[in-house]
This record gives sequence, C-alpha cells and structure tokens, in this order.
Amino acid sequence: MIVFENVTKMYGNNVGIENVSVHIDKGDFVFLVGPSGAGKSTFIKLILKEICEDKGRILVNGMDVTRLSNRQIPKLRRSIGIVFQDFRLLPNKTVEENVAFAMEIIHASRRAIRRNVPQVLNLMGIGSKAKKYPHELSAGEQQRVAIARAVINNPTVLIADEPTGNLDPDTAWDIMQLLDQINRRGTTIVMVTHAKDIVDRMGKRVIAIDKGRIVRDDKAGLYGYYEDEDAHSFFCKPGGVFNNHVY
Amino acid sequence: MFIRGIGHAIKQAFIQIFRNRAMSFASLFSITAMLLILGLFFILIVNVSVITESAKKQFDTIQIYLLDETDRATAVRMIDELSKMDGVAHAWYLSKDDAMAEYKMKWGDKAYLLDGFAENPLPNSIRVKLSDLEKSDAVVEKARTFQGIEDIKYYKTAVDKLLKITSYIRMGALVIILSLVAVSVVVVANTTKLTVLARAREISIMKYVGASNWFIRGPFLVEGMLIGFISAALSAALIALVYHKIMELFGTDMFLMFSVRMVPAAFLVENLIMIFAALGICIGAFGSIISMRRFLDT
Ligand SMILES: Nc1ncnc2c1ncn2[C@@H]1O[C@H](COP(=O)(O)OP(=O)(O)O)[C@@H](O)[C@H]1O
Ligand SMILES: [Mg+2]
Repeated sequence: MIVFENVTKMYGNNVGIENVSVHIDKGDFVFLVGPSGAGKSTFIKLILKEICEDKGRILVNGMDVTRLSNRQIPKLRRSIGIVFQDFRLLPNKTVEENVAFAMEIIHASRRAIRRNVPQVLNLMGIGSKAKKYPHELSAGEQQRVAIARAVINNPTVLIADEPTGNLDPDTAWDIMQLLDQINRRGTTIVMVTHAKDIVDRMGKRVIAIDKGRIVRDDKAGLYGYYEDEDAHSFFCKPGGVFNNHVY
Repeated sequence: MFIRGIGHAIKQAFIQIFRNRAMSFASLFSITAMLLILGLFFILIVNVSVITESAKKQFDTIQIYLLDETDRATAVRMIDELSKMDGVAHAWYLSKDDAMAEYKMKWGDKAYLLDGFAENPLPNSIRVKLSDLEKSDAVVEKARTFQGIEDIKYYKTAVDKLLKITSYIRMGALVIILSLVAVSVVVVANTTKLTVLARAREISIMKYVGASNWFIRGPFLVEGMLIGFISAALSAALIALVYHKIMELFGTDMFLMFSVRMVPAAFLVENLIMIFAALGICIGAFGSIISMRRFLDT
C-alpha cells in the first residue's frame, strides 16, 4: 500500500513533484506515465526514501516514510522490490549469487538460500542459467534475474523503472507476463514506462504525471488521449523499439 | 543473525582482499612502513625509559661524609633521624675501611693501585637511600643541620638534567608516534576509498535491496582489520630481526656508557607485537570506516 498526501518535492527552484496525493492499494498494478522530466523518478525515489519530501506525508506498507530514521531505511527497502531499466546486476557474481545476495542481506540461513534461489529462478524461467554470469545472458534473461532478485524476499511492493526499456517487443511482453503473474500473487506493482502498446494492452490503472502534477488517474486506462496538440506531437515522435511505440 | 552477519563479513573480506590484491598490498605496505618507523620510536622510548629508571637508581643515594672526630654513636643518632624522614628508604653507616673495600671491588683487577696509599684517605660516611627522589632536597637540608659532617654528595643537577632530557625525548617520540598513526589512518582511508569507489555501484545496489550500513561496512571493516593485523605481524617480525642483529653486533655493551643494558629483545618484541596488533587493527578499521562515510550517507 502506497499513500501520498499533498507531497511536494522541489529541487531548488525546479519542481520535482508538487502537491501530489495518490492512493495505491495492496495488489494494485499501476503504470506511471508522463513525459521526461515529469517527476516519475522523483515519485519513486520518495517511495524508497532516496530523497526526502519538502511537504506532505508518505505511507508505504504501513510505514510513515516521512518519519523514518536513517537506520530504518533498510527495513523499508526490504519490503520493496526494485527493478531497473539497466538491470543493475553484479557483474562478478553468477546468476544465483546475484539472487542469493538479496537473501544474505536479510541474514537468511544458508539452507533457506539454497532452497529458495533455484525455486525463484525456475519461476522466472531461467533455472538453467544459475551458474552463468550476467554478461553471458541476453537482455531479457538479465532482466529476469533482476526480477528474481527483487521478489526473492517476498516484497509487498515491486517497483519497476522502465523495466522493458532495453528489451525488444517480444521479450518486453514476456517480462510483462512475468510481472502480471507476480501481481496476481498479491504483490503491488508500480511500473514507470514509456511503452504505449504495453500500457494499452495490459489495461491496468494508469497514473499520468506532467510537470510534477498528477494529470490523470484511470482505473483501467490507456497510455494517452492526445487531446491536446502539444502532447500529440510529443507522443507521436517517430522512433523507439516498438512499431507503435510513441516515444 | 549477528553471528551470520559476521560470518558473511569475514568471508566477503577474504574474497575482497584477494580480488583487490593490488589495493590490499598497497594498504599492507603503507601500514607496515608506518609501524616500522613507529616501532623504532617505540624502541627508543622503551630504552630511554629503562636508562632513566636505572640512572635514577644510581642517583638515588645521598652520601654524607663525616669528620674523623665524629664518633659512631653520633652517626647512629643521625641515621635514626634520617630514617624517620619521608622519602628515605634506608640509611646506613659505611666505615672508611668498608668504603675502601667497596672501591677495590669496583676497580677489580686494577685494585692494586689503591694499595699505594699509606693511609686510607676515605672518610667514614652515612649513606641514605631514597625511595622518592622528589624528597631529596629535604633530606639534604636536614643533613646540613647536623654537626660533625664534612661534606654532602648528591648528584641532583645530573639527575635533573637527565630527567629533563629523557622527558623531552619521550614527548617528542610520542608526538611523532601519534602523527604517524594519524597519517597512516589517512593513507589507509585513501587506499580503501579506491576500492570502495570501484565498488560504488555494488554498494548502491546493496542499499536498494535493503542492506544496512553495517552489512555494507562489515566486509570493508574486516578487510581493514585483517590487513592491519598482517602488517602488525610483518613489522613486528622485521623489527625483532633487526633488533636481534644489533644486539648480536654490538652486544649489550653499546649502552654501557649509561652503565645500563639495552632492553632484552624477547621482552621488547612481546610488547611490540601486542601494541602493533592493536594499532594495526585500529588503523585498518578506522581507515575503512572513514573512507566509507560518504558512501553511506543516504
Ligand atoms: N537532482 C536534481 N537536481 C535538480 N533538479 C532535478 C534533480 N532531479 C530531478 N530534477 C528535476 O525535477 C524534475 C522531475 O525529474 P524526474 O523526477 O527525474 O522526472 P522523470 O523521471 O519523470 O523524467 C525535472 O524537471 C528535473 O529536471
Ligand atoms: Mg526518470
């Protein structure tokens, strides 16, 4: 569960996000969309307490993030799984070590690690790659490892910052299936993306941000409406990995 | 949980030391060099202290020469009075014959030279052994008031000078040791910072996954302490070797001018190992904690 109440974050004179209020329930699947510089990363960094808000209140998994001390940050982050566009795997660790690493951090027993890691890798469809190093895997496989690492400690929330940004359309869709599967098992998912076709095809909740404000929040929405000419020309720039990718 | 955390830190520390051989070696080298220089000053301090102590022992006796006409009974009364004083360990009578015997003993095989005297030129005397050098002035003052004494011999200025010099040496060496410790912490911190920098990405990932600061710091801390400990063993061994060689070459005579012996190697090395181990481990630990501070802010 993620709650923002009138949250404002400024970077000097730049607006990060301004007076944002939003309520994301447990088990929701939310797409966070908006042009570059809209405040999406700011929103995510606030959830992880990588940065502190100037005003307002933030609740994540029942914790008042606004009041969390530095010592309590690890506890917050352990209840949140995170996946990045660039995977962020440790290059000198094998696939299973990369995933086990997330369990070592919470001081899991060796037995639990030996039991859970292969299980999760199988679930992600990369059970056979356990002994390989990240550079020996395809991009899609690397992202699966990253997702395995993000979910191995059973986080309540999974945050994905453009997880399909570096993937071809088919692989991207496979990853979306995986995320959907994780979501159906009860994990809240917040995903930042520019992939119009994915958003439209999934039919999940869409929160659109622009210039630091929430401009739209649809229960089962589409990526954009192009009701204004500026936005239309922005979204319809050619290029990108998807044929009908709008950014 | 705690034990498992330590186990993880130790395992990771060994892996890190091995993976960053060059860095580890650089740290090892700088701590060892520091400890070696430090060790030399330590040896200096110890020897100076021993010299002072034994010099003090030689100068802790006041000799009161008596006139020939002063009889034994008067002398005994003086001894009684001196013995009652603060800072006096022991006072006794030394007849001129005993004094001569003492000289002959000291001069050893050249004692025959003393046989040339027709008559014993030495006076009867009282010797006062001090337990507290600070009280010497009072004792000397007291002795001056006695009737029937010829002279009082006490090497106060020599003692004072010696004490002053040795305290300067000790202070100087201490200042140098402290600055060396500070310098080596900085050196280790900077060496470790390079390793930490090389692993900044890994550290940031660890923080995303929810690692506590101590979990991240642990391996670096153990690594620093381990390298510090190895440096300590290395430099203690080197110093022991050098010290042994010096003793072999010059023997303990080298310091006979102070009529004291050099501190025996075994004693010194034993203490040095303890001090080096403590210092090395602390330098390593502080170095790595300092170098990580910036990375663990958020
Ligand atoms: N560290 C920073 N310092 C100054 N301005 C920043 C910083 N981070 C983000 N911003 C500004 O805040 C706004 C929102 O940025 P961000 O949240 O990164 O947007 P998005 O992730 O949607 O592209 C932008 O105008 C950006 O320039
Ligand atoms: Mg961004």
